[in-house]
Amino acid sequence: MEKTRNNRAWFMVLPVVALVAFSAVLPLMTVVNYSVQDTFGNNVFFWAGTEWFTQVLESERMHDALWRQFLFSAVILAIEVPLGVAVALCMPKKGFWASVCLVLMALPLLIPWNVVGTIWQVFGRVDIGLLGWTLANLGVDYNYTQNPLDAWITVVVMDVWHWTSLVVLLAYAGLQSIPQAYYQAARIDQASRWKVFRYIELPKMKGVLLIAVLLRFMDSFMIYTEPFVVTGGGPGTATTFLSIDLVKMALGQFDLGPAAAFSLMYFLVILLLSWVFYTVMTNSDKAGKGA
Amino acid sequence: MAKITLDNLGHCYGGRPANRDDYQLKPMSHVWEDGAAYALLGPSGCGKSTLLNIISGLLIPSEGRVLFGEQDVTRAPTAKRNIAQVFQFPVVYDTMTVYDNLAFPLRNRRAAARYVDIRVKAVAEMIGLADRLDERAQGLTADAKQKISLGRGMVREDVSAILFDEPLTVIDPHMKWELRTQLKALHREFGHTMIYVTHDQTEALTFADKVVVMSDGEVVQVGAPAELFERPAHTFVGYFIGSPGMNVLDAEVEGSMAHVMGCALPLARRYGRLSGRVQIGVRPEFASVAETGPGLPVSVTRVEDVGRHRVVRATIGGVEVNAIAQEGQSVPENAEWLRFAPEAVNVYADGWLVEGEAA
Repeated sequence: MEKTRNNRAWFMVLPVVALVAFSAVLPLMTVVNYSVQDTFGNNVFFWAGTEWFTQVLESERMHDALWRQFLFSAVILAIEVPLGVAVALCMPKKGFWASVCLVLMALPLLIPWNVVGTIWQVFGRVDIGLLGWTLANLGVDYNYTQNPLDAWITVVVMDVWHWTSLVVLLAYAGLQSIPQAYYQAARIDQASRWKVFRYIELPKMKGVLLIAVLLRFMDSFMIYTEPFVVTGGGPGTATTFLSIDLVKMALGQFDLGPAAAFSLMYFLVILLLSWVFYTVMTNSDKAGKGA
Repeated sequence: MAKITLDNLGHCYGGRPANRDDYQLKPMSHVWEDGAAYALLGPSGCGKSTLLNIISGLLIPSEGRVLFGEQDVTRAPTAKRNIAQVFQFPVVYDTMTVYDNLAFPLRNRRAAARYVDIRVKAVAEMIGLADRLDERAQGLTADAKQKISLGRGMVREDVSAILFDEPLTVIDPHMKWELRTQLKALHREFGHTMIYVTHDQTEALTFADKVVVMSDGEVVQVGAPAELFERPAHTFVGYFIGSPGMNVLDAEVEGSMAHVMGCALPLARRYGRLSGRVQIGVRPEFASVAETGPGLPVSVTRVEDVGRHRVVRATIGGVEVNAIAQEGQSVPENAEWLRFAPEAVNVYADGWLVEGEAA
C-alpha cells in the first residue's frame, strides 16, 4: 500500500502536544528557569549560569545522599528480586490457594505509602510497637530513632514488605505462561530442579523480571514518603535519600536555585540509568536471537 | 528397547467411574511390539494424548498396568522409564546452543564427555543440523526447533520408545513432508519403537506400520493402513479414515441379502441373526452411479472434481452417500441408481463389524 503523506495530520496530535506542554514541559521549564537564576526576594531574579549546578555537584551533602540512594536501591533490588522469584516459585499454580495467595500478595501494594510508613513507624517503636517492644524484651538493643543501622534495617525491611509482592506477581505471571510441555520434557530429559529453574523458568521469566527490576529501581531511587514518615531522614542524615534531601533543600531551606539544579540532575540520573538497564537487557536478548 | 504391554489399562480423572462412560480412557489391553512404528489416530478429545501420557509416565492410570518388557512401570516416574517424547510445540532450552540442547539428556545422566560428543554429532548429522551446532537455539525457526526436540529424543541409544504428540502441528506444510520422511528413515535405520499421536489420517497412514484408531476413549481398531481402509472394524473408522468417509446406511440383513429402504442388495458373505442396530458400510471407492438399476434409487446433488477423481454426492432418503468415479470413468448425466460392489460391503451391528461366513 502506498503511504499517504499529508502534513495536516500534525493538527491531529496538537491536543496531545498542548496537554503534555501544560502538564510536563512547562512545569519542567520553570524548574530549569530556577536552576539558572538567583534571587534576593521580591521576585527579582539574576542570571546565575551554572553556579548552582557546580555548587550541587561539589557539595558533600549531595554526594552522601547519592551514595546512600545507590546503596538503598542496590540493597532492596538484591533482596526483593531473588525473594520475589523464590516466593513466586513456591506459590500454587492453580486452585483455591492460588487465588488466596494472589490476594494476599496484592494487599501490601494497595496500602497508601504514608500509611505504610505510619504502620512501620508504630510497629518499630520500642514503647508501644509490637516489633520494637518484642525485640526490646528479647534483649535486643533496637532503636531506629537513634541507631543508624537500625534505621536502615527498618527502612529496608519496610520496603521489602511493601514491594516484594510486585516482583512476586510479575514473576508468577511469567511462570504461568510457561507451557506444561517444558516441564514434561525436562522430566524426560532427567533435568534436576535447579536445571529446570536455570534453563526453563529463568529464561522464560527474563522479560517480566526486566520490568520488575526497572520498576523497582526507579521507584526505590525516588523513594520519599515511607522513610520520611518513619525516620524523617534520620538519625542525623543516615536515611536522608535524594528526594528527602531535595525536599529539605527546596522547602525547608527554600534554596530554590540549588534545589532546581539538584532535581534536574536527579531526573537525568534516573533517565540515564533506566535507559542503561533497558538497553543492556534488551541487547542481550537480541544477541541471543541474532546468533 | 522393549515391547510395551498395556494390561487392562483404564483411566478416569475423577478416580471412581460409575460406568463405562465415565472413563476418559476405557479399560483396554494392548501390546506395542518392539521396534514397530505405530500411529495413534483419533479426533481431538478421544483420549489419545491421555494414553500417550500414561505410557510416558506423566500420568498415572487409575487402573491397570503398564509393562515395559516384563517390568511393571505403572507408577514409575518418567525419568525411570527411559522413554523420549516429542511434544506438539517445540521444546528447546532457549539459552543453550543446539549442541548443549542435544547433549542435555545425556549430561543429566552423567554420560562421559567423549561419548556425549560422539552422540551429539551423530544425531546432529541425522537431523541435518550438524553445521549449526554452535548457534543458540532461541533464534531458530519452528521446524529447526522441532528437529532439536526430535534429536533430544534420539540422542539416547537405549530408549525404550519414542513418543510423538502431534509433533508436526506447528510446522509449515512443505517441512512436514520432509520431517515425516526423515522420521520414517530414522525408524528404519535404528528400529526404535515409535508411537505417533495425530488426528491427521494422512500423517498416520504414511508414517505407521500399524495404526491404532481411537474414538471416545476407546481403541476401535488396530491394523495396517490397508486393513483400516478395506475392513473398518467400526463404523467410526469407516468415516474417520478416507475422504470422503465410508457410506453407512441402516439395513436389514438376512442371509446374503441386505435390504436398504426396501431395496435388496446382494452381499458376498452370509450372515446369521444380527441384533442391535444393523448397518452396512461401503467405501465410496467401491460405489458407482448408473442410469438404470439394480441398486439404490438416489438423487445426485452434485459432482465434485478433485483432480485425480470425481466425487459424486447424492442423497437417499435424507442420508448423504458418496461415490467416487476414477479418472476415465464416466458419470452418467441423469444417474439415479447407486451400486455397490458386493465384496466391498461390510455389515455392522451396533457399530461393530460382523464377520460373515463365506457364502
